[in-house]
Amino acid sequence: MVEVRVDPEICAASGMCKLLVPAVFDQSEEDGTVLLTDPVPPADLEAKVRTAALRCPAGAIAVHEMETDAS
Amino acid sequence: MPEETQHQFDHARRAGFGPSDDIRQQRAQGALVKEEVAPAPGAATEPIWMALGYEAVRQVMGDHVRFSNQRRFRAQAIRGGSKHRPQEMSGHLMDYDQPEHTRLRKMLTPEFTVRRIQRLKPVTEQIAERCLDAMERAGQPADLVDLYASPISGAVLCELLGVPRDDRREFLVKHQWQLEQDRSRKDRAAAQAYTSGYLRALVKRQRKDPDEGFIGQLIRDHGDNFDDEELLGICGLMVLAGLDNVTGMISLGVLALLEHPDQLAVFLADPEKNVDRVVDELLRFLSVAHAPTPRTAVEDVVVAGQLVKAGEEIVCSIPMANRDPALGPDVDRFDVNRDPLPHIAFGHGIHHCIGAALGRMELRTAYLALWRRFPDLRLAVPAADVPHKTNSIAYGLEHLPVAW
Ligand code: HEM
Ligand code: HEM
Ligand code: SF4
Repeated sequence: MVEVRVDPEICAASGMCKLLVPAVFDQSEEDGTVLLTDPVPPADLEAKVRTAALRCPAGAIAVHEMETDAS
Repeated sequence: MPEETQHQFDHARRAGFGPSDDIRQQRAQGALVKEEVAPAPGAATEPIWMALGYEAVRQVMGDHVRFSNQRRFRAQAIRGGSKHRPQEMSGHLMDYDQPEHTRLRKMLTPEFTVRRIQRLKPVTEQIAERCLDAMERAGQPADLVDLYASPISGAVLCELLGVPRDDRREFLVKHQWQLEQDRSRKDRAAAQAYTSGYLRALVKRQRKDPDEGFIGQLIRDHGDNFDDEELLGICGLMVLAGLDNVTGMISLGVLALLEHPDQLAVFLADPEKNVDRVVDELLRFLSVAHAPTPRTAVEDVVVAGQLVKAGEEIVCSIPMANRDPALGPDVDRFDVNRDPLPHIAFGHGIHHCIGAALGRMELRTAYLALWRRFPDLRLAVPAADVPHKTNSIAYGLEHLPVAW
């Protein structure tokens, strides 16, 4: 499982994340900056979320591994 | 465009859909290489850095603190901030550094969000359909650049700016003239005077009576924060940045699909579902923007193991970065099945293309409508005879004769 964090302060409002993973990212109507709709996305979206983090032109998306009981 | 400013497009360096062999050979020397370039024909050469590797390009474009975009007033940029922005550069986002850039960009962004751009989708679809009607009337073979790619990017830009239909043809033709280096200075100056005069009048009209469009909305939300020169500059920048890239992507994209029948078949198997992937891979594969605004180092910086000194300039190659093996497997292949790669066709960092969502919507609409109307579209000349366009802001085609 991963946890996603975004930093609207440095977001360049490119909308790239929303285009790539609309289930997880949205854009504020007001200034176009990133909004997180699902901070803990389902496993099948993990790869896409990682791509979004790489693609983010502002480096405003961080993906963290979450501690799991099993491991 | 003032007469003394000339675009230098000798950085095109393309072959077919990709970068030329000579720039690829240069890459073998390193991710960042030094070149001697004459700033004007006949002038003494100056050293300039070329960033050719993906990581190096991302580092330079991603670091707006140590790399300045204000190449036009180099000296001031180094000393930190310029007091004397030439009037004709007012509003040209691409040449602004922080914090000026942020101030302007924050006001513009809401007009370009994915959601706001949806507003232009129905009209973009109508424009595409009208162009297709005109192609049918013109008969085969038809030039896809003149009858489709270029009218779509032009009409959508005019919709964005609020240039009424009756004025569009003249406005776009004159804009084209002012960029054509082979046209006489006098013609270009007259064309320049026409387009800037036109935009000036448009801004004045919107000041008095703002409408629902982009300029009207800006004036309503932030009217007091802009002077007319800045608004004019913003309009001018949209015209410069919003046409050639889109025209190039539509025409070259169609050629790429026609030349890769297996990939076209994947697209056409379920166009609506596959179009976004096709657009994204075409953006990467074609990387029509040759290079972003050259960046100037504000202090000494190490890039790809080399020391770039304060005051030196770096030109980043977008096509080379987007075909760097660091990006993924088999990057020289056009493959619409791959998962989207973290390419930088729209740039990277704070100057990331503000028109990205608009551009994607235009491309999506253009490819879908074209193959809906002409499922058997084909080239009307051998591919080797299709003339490529290398003398412009973006890579593209001069003509694309097609039949259906
Ligand atoms: C699909 C085609 C397009 C491509 C490939 C493209 C590419 C780019 C690139 C690479 C940059 C970065 C320049 C730099 O860092 O110096 C950029 C910036 C920009 N683009 Fe686009 N663009 C496209 C469409 C558009 C459209 C349709 C518009 C507007 C109508 C537009 C407006 C701009 C503006 C205003 C900037 C400057 C942003 C800033 O400095 O903050 N572009 N574009
Ligand atoms: C997205 C692509 C680009 C856009 C939208 C763009 C836009 C502009 C604009 C708006 C100007 C100012 C024109 C004026 O006010 O006279 C300009 C000037 C200029 N551009 Fe570009 N440009 C692009 C790419 C490039 C590239 C790739 C190069 C070269 C590597 C380049 C080199 C220049 C030069 C040399 C000038 C004149 C600067 C001077 O006189 O000091 N541009 N460009
Ligand atoms: S991709 Fe990055 S810069 Fe763009 S909207 Fe998302 S968080 Fe902001």
